[in-house]
Amino acid sequence: MAGEATKSIPKEVLWGGGRSPFSVSYGKMMMWYFLVSDALTFGGLLVAYGFVRHGAEVPWPIGEQVFEALPLLEGHYPLAYVALMTFILIISSVTMVLGVEAGHRNDRKGVTKWLGLTIVGGFFFLGSQAWEWSHFIHGSGGAFQLSESVTVTGTLAGSEETKEFTLTAGDRVYMDHHFGSLMEKYHDGDRMVTMAAGNGVALMEMGEHSHEVQLESLTLNKYIEDRAYVSGDDMMKLWNARSENFIFGANLQHSEYSEHQDYAGFFFFITGFHGFHVFSGVILNIVIFLMVLNGVFERRGHYEMVEKVGLYWHFVDLVWVFVFTFFYLV
Amino acid sequence: MERDDLIVNDSYAANATHSEEDGVKIRRNIWKVTGILTALTFLEVMMGIYFKRSETFTWEAIKWSFIVLTLVKAGYIVMVFMHLGEERKNLRRIILVPYAIFVLYLIFIALSEGLSHFDLWETWK
Repeated sequence: MAGEATKSIPKEVLWGGGRSPFSVSYGKMMMWYFLVSDALTFGGLLVAYGFVRHGAEVPWPIGEQVFEALPLLEGHYPLAYVALMTFILIISSVTMVLGVEAGHRNDRKGVTKWLGLTIVGGFFFLGSQAWEWSHFIHGSGGAFQLSESVTVTGTLAGSEETKEFTLTAGDRVYMDHHFGSLMEKYHDGDRMVTMAAGNGVALMEMGEHSHEVQLESLTLNKYIEDRAYVSGDDMMKLWNARSENFIFGANLQHSEYSEHQDYAGFFFFITGFHGFHVFSGVILNIVIFLMVLNGVFERRGHYEMVEKVGLYWHFVDLVWVFVFTFFYLV
Repeated sequence: MERDDLIVNDSYAANATHSEEDGVKIRRNIWKVTGILTALTFLEVMMGIYFKRSETFTWEAIKWSFIVLTLVKAGYIVMVFMHLGEERKNLRRIILVPYAIFVLYLIFIALSEGLSHFDLWETWK
């Protein structure tokens, strides 16, 4: 920071020899070194992701088609939720830098306010990520694999155009959310769900919340290019050609999002490792917040500790900027 | 040559303080950067939704602009929010240069290996 220091530095704060390399304190320097090594870890993870993706022999899922749900709402909102998460993290980075600025003015009230808001932002981000993970794991409808070749006509998403698709055994066909979530129970042998009699295919859930769900349409290429919807007789052709293999959501073995098993693995590891960093950042922020409340830094005469923890917090935001680009956008 | 390791005029990073008037200026800058970061994120999301991947050339350009925008955002975060822009020049270099060398090499070697795996698969499947 520009500006004159208001007090001289006691000898014991300086490094051995009465000097401070780069004119920074030992603690701040080591925080930077730690961040460089941590950045190499995240760099390595994202590069590993790039390596697998460049070598993938199956189409890689498209971010805006995988992440398009919002809590409590129906319909497609591509990237809206991730954008919200990014915004929350940027704002909590801003409140942190305002806290550091207040610290430079020895303004204890200001530090308390901004650091408190930063902690709130951190919890909001963690909560959003919990929902994101939950949604990713449960999936949106699930898929079944075909047991034989079928040729059908589908309507391309976002237009009125139709296109003929020739599917072979093993190809995936996606169900809509409502039908798929009942189908998962039915497939697991849950006796509360049965096939309903009548036209087409319908599933019936019995018990307290009994209701019936009709198979309205099936989706092809849900997470890759040429997403298309199939209904009517063609839909029944696909349904009748289904095999016993159903995939619902994602786990460490396979996912409905990609035939490449590493896609979900990278999602879990990279966003999970980042989420763990956010979590430890929130814990550090809380510790520092309590120290501010107890007036530790006021007695010490400077708020450098807020700045050091702030560096870590900004780093977490920095990593998210890259995760956002390479996992969701590109 | 100017010595970089001496404490001059007690201007020690740990004790860097500023006045109320400087604070106003610094905060105005923080809000400006906030605006820039938000606008860039919004732009990225809109581009991600609007452009389709089937148009190969366009998508290639879009992809590169995502990467450039991300680096711009990262620059603002590191230089302004993390105050690296206000640290001494040699501290800045000792952090950024080794990292850049390692990561650029890693990106180059891993992505070209990945592409060659893909080519092998295409050739021998």
